[in-house]
Amino acid sequence: MGGYIVRRLLLMVPVALLVTVIVFALTRLSPGDPVLVYAGEERDPAQLAQIRHSLGLDQPLPVQYAAWLAHAVQGDLGRSIRTRQPVIEAIAERIPNTLELGGAAILISVSIALVVGTLSAVKRNSPLDLVTTGVTLAGVSLPNFFLGLALILLFSLVVRIFPPGGFVKFSEDPGGNLLRLVLPATTLAAASLAVNVRQMRSSLLDVLGQDYIRTARAKGLRESVVIMKHALRNALIPVVTLVGLQVGAIIEGAIITETIYFWPGVGRLAVDSIGGRDYPVVQAIVLMSALSYMFFTLVVDVLYALLDPRISYGGGRR
Amino acid sequence: MSGVLARAGAFPRDDAEDEPLGRPLWARLRRQPRLLIGGTLLLLLLAVGVLAPLIAPYDPIAVNPSDGLLPPSPAHLLGTDDLGRDVLSRVIYGARVSLSVGLISVSIGLFVGVSLGLIAGYSGGWTDLVIMRAIDALLAFPALVLAISITAALGTDIKNAMIAIGVVAIPAYARLTRGQVLSVREREFVTAARAVGVPPLRVVLRHVLPNIANPIIVQVSLSTAFAILAEATLSFLGLGAQPPTPSWGQDIAYSQRYLANKMWWMSAGPGLGIFLAVFAFNFLGDALRDALDPRLRNRG
Repeated sequence: MGGYIVRRLLLMVPVALLVTVIVFALTRLSPGDPVLVYAGEERDPAQLAQIRHSLGLDQPLPVQYAAWLAHAVQGDLGRSIRTRQPVIEAIAERIPNTLELGGAAILISVSIALVVGTLSAVKRNSPLDLVTTGVTLAGVSLPNFFLGLALILLFSLVVRIFPPGGFVKFSEDPGGNLLRLVLPATTLAAASLAVNVRQMRSSLLDVLGQDYIRTARAKGLRESVVIMKHALRNALIPVVTLVGLQVGAIIEGAIITETIYFWPGVGRLAVDSIGGRDYPVVQAIVLMSALSYMFFTLVVDVLYALLDPRISYGGGRR
Repeated sequence: MSGVLARAGAFPRDDAEDEPLGRPLWARLRRQPRLLIGGTLLLLLLAVGVLAPLIAPYDPIAVNPSDGLLPPSPAHLLGTDDLGRDVLSRVIYGARVSLSVGLISVSIGLFVGVSLGLIAGYSGGWTDLVIMRAIDALLAFPALVLAISITAALGTDIKNAMIAIGVVAIPAYARLTRGQVLSVREREFVTAARAVGVPPLRVVLRHVLPNIANPIIVQVSLSTAFAILAEATLSFLGLGAQPPTPSWGQDIAYSQRYLANKMWWMSAGPGLGIFLAVFAFNFLGDALRDALDPRLRNRG
């Protein structure tokens, strides 16, 4: 197992390097001269050349890349063009908010998916199952931002239960924080809910068709015991995988939801920074979301190996 | 390995020209009501997009302030926006943007992805290793993050959104194709073709590709659904179609400012448009998978 993890980590290195190249190249493709953005009103050629030199932008691209990477590895991702705040600080300030929103959404999504997916599989082709299948297919086709706006309209404008957006710190006003969390977390949960229900349903159906389930039933075990003790454990493995990937992609999901609800997280920072041509911030967020996605993919694979002893990852020895 | 074409394993289809690809497929498709529903939805959608100038009751762009912000009525079935533009007409024209983005970006993903997958799977060795690591690097980005950052890098424009969404679609095609090629590559009819001296490019295009087409067809439908959703999202963020072009995502973003006044119709129309288009392709993709991939038929 240890060997497997080490090998996977080593394989990750070239891919991670490629990711940094892509992120670097994307910023360099961007329209507009970064020097002009840094310089503000300054248009004196000598001054611009001076700024270009101080930013290292007069160096060949590979040199610039190496310098950028060397700084990035040490956690120095530059400063925001708009606020001059170190990028890493700007992101770190907002991460807890994004995690709160993303965590709540995953909690909602997974708990509903477990119950609905299981019922739907156990009572296959029942009206409940058909409704579930239909609703989940509709759910994956509904754009998140549209659902978000519809929820705001219904639950904060027509029926005034929740505020239409905004944020207060949990430490300052726990009730207010949670009240403002409900709509965005529900919106974000809906995005993954449909996928999770479908996965839960189909993997449980898969497991229920296997021989050891028949054996368990043949032994005369009650159906609830068969489902809870024998089937669910194995059916959960693909679901764990899926949810793990969703954890890795929290920033991605947060982009739209945070923008609609004025939730001050990393996703909203990304959108604001793109609007403001604040490339160092955009670059850092893109890099971070790719690396976190990669990391969680690895975690998921390792978990998979731990959960399912049938899977061998080569190497012969354990 | 899967589907009608490959299931004729004892009877490999080596000459795609002799027999129209459609016929054996169609025979099966007819027995699948879901395929018919999905296909009909899709054709309706295409018709709306192509015939937009004939169907749309009003000019989608012409400003008419005296008719601004009217709720739905017989004259304006989905109401009007603040500039007096008919929402229904904008929704109808919006189908053009969404469908062309779907078509073009999926073509990019399909062409590049399938080519890379064929090369990687068929060549093996270092070529395979290098291509697949590059694909892994693309896969390391969450899809929407990659689409947003490419669009932001190239400049906010609908063409760049198409390119970005196309690039995002590449890895799925490459991986799918490579996996399929690996399973077909060692089959007798491929070995036979190679043994009689058929050049590699011809082996791949004539013998391998037709036998792996089914899962790729399914992927086309599903990734078109993704592309339409992604375009709507990019346009919602202001990174896709630019005003005054009617675009569902952008129109919803625009309607946000009237949400506080409960003028729901400005968002409802375009929202319905996105939903129907994405649903049609998802539904069709699901149905195609069941029809073309017998291994999955009994799955949920």
